Amino acid sequence: MTLTVEALSGPQPGPDPSSPPHARGATWRRLRQDKAAATGMVIITLMVLVAVFAPLLTALEGQDTTTQHPELVDSASGGTPLGSLGGVSAGHWLGVEPQTGRDLFARLVYGARISLGVALGATALQVLIGVSVGIAAGLGGRFLDSALSRLTDLTLAFPSVLFAIGLMAIVPGSVPRPLVLAVVIALLGWGATARLARGQTLSLRTRDYVAAAKLSGAPPLRVARREILPGLVTPVITYAALLVPANMIAEAGLSFLGVGVRPPTPSWGQMLSAGTTWFRPDVMYVLVPGGALFLTLLAFTLLADGVRRTLDPRNTEVAA
Amino acid sequence: MIGYLIRRVIGAAVVLLALSAIVYGLFYAGPSDPALLACGKGCTPDRLAVVKSSMGLDKPLVDQYLSFLHAIFFGHDYSSGPSVRHCPAPCLGYSFETDQPVTTILGSTLPVSASLALGAMALSLLLGIGAGLVTVLSRRRWLDRGLNVVVLVGYAMPVFLVALILLIVFCSDLQWLPFPTYVPLTQDPAGWAQNLLLPWIALALVQAAAYARMTRAQMLETLSEDHVRTARAYGLSQRRIITGHVLRGALTPLVTMAAIDLAGIMTSAVLTETMFGLPGIGQALVQAVGSTDLPVIVGVTLTAGAVYVLANALADILYAAIDPRVELA
Repeated sequence: MTLTVEALSGPQPGPDPSSPPHARGATWRRLRQDKAAATGMVIITLMVLVAVFAPLLTALEGQDTTTQHPELVDSASGGTPLGSLGGVSAGHWLGVEPQTGRDLFARLVYGARISLGVALGATALQVLIGVSVGIAAGLGGRFLDSALSRLTDLTLAFPSVLFAIGLMAIVPGSVPRPLVLAVVIALLGWGATARLARGQTLSLRTRDYVAAAKLSGAPPLRVARREILPGLVTPVITYAALLVPANMIAEAGLSFLGVGVRPPTPSWGQMLSAGTTWFRPDVMYVLVPGGALFLTLLAFTLLADGVRRTLDPRNTEVAA
Repeated sequence: MIGYLIRRVIGAAVVLLALSAIVYGLFYAGPSDPALLACGKGCTPDRLAVVKSSMGLDKPLVDQYLSFLHAIFFGHDYSSGPSVRHCPAPCLGYSFETDQPVTTILGSTLPVSASLALGAMALSLLLGIGAGLVTVLSRRRWLDRGLNVVVLVGYAMPVFLVALILLIVFCSDLQWLPFPTYVPLTQDPAGWAQNLLLPWIALALVQAAAYARMTRAQMLETLSEDHVRTARAYGLSQRRIITGHVLRGALTPLVTMAAIDLAGIMTSAVLTETMFGLPGIGQALVQAVGSTDLPVIVGVTLTAGAVYVLANALADILYAAIDPRVELA
């Protein structure tokens, strides 16, 4: 008996008992073959590249996000960009902003940094908090579990966007806004991940290899890291794929309402908000940020849908 | 059932209490100084001390919170020097900016948001169940696919983008509908509905597609159950089976779903109110955030939280009442 336990609980060479390495490779292959998911991945990769190389792209265009070009807008009509399509030209690839004449392309690519950065940062933080709380609740004693579960319920029990709006009022202005946004969105939105991680932990803890590790005297932290965590990777990643677009909408929404990033920092939501009053004279000002936001969100949604389909062979629609 | 009901109500009350403590703590013990904010610009140290003591901010935080709770249930007397101002229950304090009672602000803005959210909810359920029913009855593959596309695109469309597109198309280009303004229901029901129609559609569209998909999935599942087979064996028509037996089973999970989605709809309402020119709680909140008007922020977030917690409790209770299979553990 002792022998078996030792054999089971020794350092395990395979990374993840519930999904061996070859299965993960197969998942990846299937995901790439899924046309919708592949399209999503291509768009996301492009957007990430745009965000990363924003300085390079704007240098290529020869513009920046803040220089105003009053000569490019028609001051007589209240500031509508001169020229067709909102002032598209060789020097301003997507035209200029009404009133100020700031370059729209530069603002769009720098806005991608905020949109993607906040969404991805918030997701990473949500996963970190959610998984930690979930595992602690699942492995901890009755008291810890019920305390953490109540806390999770509480975070799920209120309209978080409203809270986020309120919180923006009391955060000191000295903290960088994108960071504030990511943290606030994450702090209000880790509940579902925690619930998922807890459920998964509860089912994993009854497995023989977990029991064996415990019997061999492994400390709880090691059990959590070595035995439980690998089993959480797949479901959590699937869920995280859904979190990213939701967080992106949250950021865009907050910026849209004017409580997100502060001007002159560009963000897609904020550009869209400024565009709402201009859609009559200058529809490009709405289409550019709106289109970018829609395309990116659609890409993430396609990917998330693809991941779900790939990982779930039963492919039930009930889980929508 | 009674026991469950009591437990659920107590649970909701506990959550509400915790919520109020968190909200109060965050906003009144946070980095901003409430007394300074209440005192306004050009505040002298003497004046600040007076404001502090009249608001009770010189007391420990726990005492402040308890008197905040006390004011909600029993009202509160604010004394600044000789004059005493009575704030009747439920008292949520006065706006730093306009000096109006927060309850008055809520009283004028909440009906707007409620009109928007509840109407959109009703419309989305109506459209969703209807569309789901049609796809099951007609069994056309393209309808089903179309639904999936709408859901997918809908998830990728922030509600303010949908709202903006609808505004551009229907109010600006086609001019079929007026630019929305709020007309109280009690004043002119037809005008109320006409002005809210576009906002309702904007909020309901995506939700409806999700409900349609869910109705469809649930109905297909229920159709394969034993009691439906029995009904069919008795020779009941497909229509009778669906309206009499399947729909009820399929709608049960939708009840829970709808209550949970209320938070989502409320959020959408908040995000679009300004664009639609509707003076709801969202607009009040955003304005309050702009001027760090703490009592209004606390009042709005707490009210919204309360609505959500109560809706969730109601959903659970309804769910237990409708579905005989639910175990009340």
